[in-house]
Amino acid sequence: MIRVRKLHKTLGSQEVLRGIDLEIKKGETCVILGRSGCGKSVLLKHFVGLLQPTSGEVFVDGEDIARLPERELGRIRKKVGILFQSGALFDSMNVGENIAFPLREAGLRDPAVIEEKVAEALEMVDLAGEQEKMPENLSGGMRKRVGLARTIVSRPECILFDEPTTGLDPIASDSINHLIRRLQKRLSVTSVVVTHDMKTAYHTADRIAYLHEGRIYFLGSADQLRHSRDPVLQNFIEGRSGDSD
Amino acid sequence: MLRFLGRSVLSLLQYLGELAVLFGETCRALVTAPIRWRLFARQLVEVGFRSQLVVIVTGAFTGAVFAAQTFFQFHRIGMESAVGAVVAVSMFRELGPVLTGLMVAGRVGAAIAAEIGTMKVTEQIDALRALGVHPIDYLVVPRVMALMLSMPILVAECCGLGALAGYLIGTKVLGISEAYYLDTMLKFTGLRDIKMALSKGLAFAVLVVFISCHQGLNAKEGAVGVGRAPTEAVVIGSLAILVVNFFLSFALNIIYPAGV
Repeated sequence: MIRVRKLHKTLGSQEVLRGIDLEIKKGETCVILGRSGCGKSVLLKHFVGLLQPTSGEVFVDGEDIARLPERELGRIRKKVGILFQSGALFDSMNVGENIAFPLREAGLRDPAVIEEKVAEALEMVDLAGEQEKMPENLSGGMRKRVGLARTIVSRPECILFDEPTTGLDPIASDSINHLIRRLQKRLSVTSVVVTHDMKTAYHTADRIAYLHEGRIYFLGSADQLRHSRDPVLQNFIEGRSGDSD
Repeated sequence: MLRFLGRSVLSLLQYLGELAVLFGETCRALVTAPIRWRLFARQLVEVGFRSQLVVIVTGAFTGAVFAAQTFFQFHRIGMESAVGAVVAVSMFRELGPVLTGLMVAGRVGAAIAAEIGTMKVTEQIDALRALGVHPIDYLVVPRVMALMLSMPILVAECCGLGALAGYLIGTKVLGISEAYYLDTMLKFTGLRDIKMALSKGLAFAVLVVFISCHQGLNAKEGAVGVGRAPTEAVVIGSLAILVVNFFLSFALNIIYPAGV
């Protein structure tokens, strides 16, 4: 579904990605793990053309999107949806209008059909009946759910999750993890989850990629990661900084 | 010193280049992308309708005070009857368009830069792109259309109210003969002056809307970045209006020469 080859990205004077090679297979859930600031979200944004690589290739469904102009990326973005870290809801619209936005932009005009699809998307994220609320009246977890409903309402083939549980309490995080898994089963989508939350990784992943110093340091199953003896991976899994008091 | 000068010139050229790219992209979108009429109507109310009060008050008080000051000077040499012509011609050819431009840059330019800047740093613009919507089609085009339609009307209101206020102050308060006032005003003010005012209004609309949208779209992360965008939009917009007005006055004077 998605494949990157020799991907390099420099932001300002910092080389964030230093030659990433990764393939996301159709129907799988791949979790990209790594420490804060290691370039996980930067990598994820390349998958949907929100960032252009300094060098390297990004293939979505066999098409190299790395050099596509913005206007031609529209059809790629119909296949690949993204849930942003903050939800990125349009604050001038209520929940229902936010979710209806991609449908209206796709040319759907029938209010009854739009209403039905919005209600169905909200039901999938356990927020049935919340159409009239404004984004400023939603909690962090609800914003992410509404963002997810907006992403899935147009039924993309692949969903990218950017830090879906960051900033949420443990119960809300667990609920989002279950939601990701449930959506995968219900919609049979390919998913890429960027996180530094081990619980999310173990709960949702078919495969885990660990990003370290701009490269893919580890790629394997959750079990392989859990049983790895590599000190870098062990420190990350167990949350050890190596500092002493 | 030379390095500083070179760097300043380069950054000015880069800035003008970015504005030109934004202008080109917008022109292309105006022709090829679907127009969002609902957003256009909303912007028309926001930037046009709601700017009327500030523009009318500015125009009226400027016209009134200008008439008074002109009278105080002209009265000493017995030329009170020329006040109407001086006020009307100045309002139409210079003061009306410039003051409207500055007021709109302050009110509308700041709002555009702040709104788009906030959308930028809260990932709402990325969300638009991710949903397959080009930010220029959705955010810039409706604002450009709304301001280009509103600005000439706002300029006309400012000039008209300025001339009317000058007439009322001149004739009802300062005692200039109504017949003389109107005669000189109508003799020296013609269609060419109205055309000049509207042309300048259109040019200033382009300056304000593109400078503001550019500042918003390029807002830097964080509260400082969002705060800086409207401030810079107002400062750059206002300076651009004053500088461009100088050159425009000479250029338009060739097309619409002043005089009887």
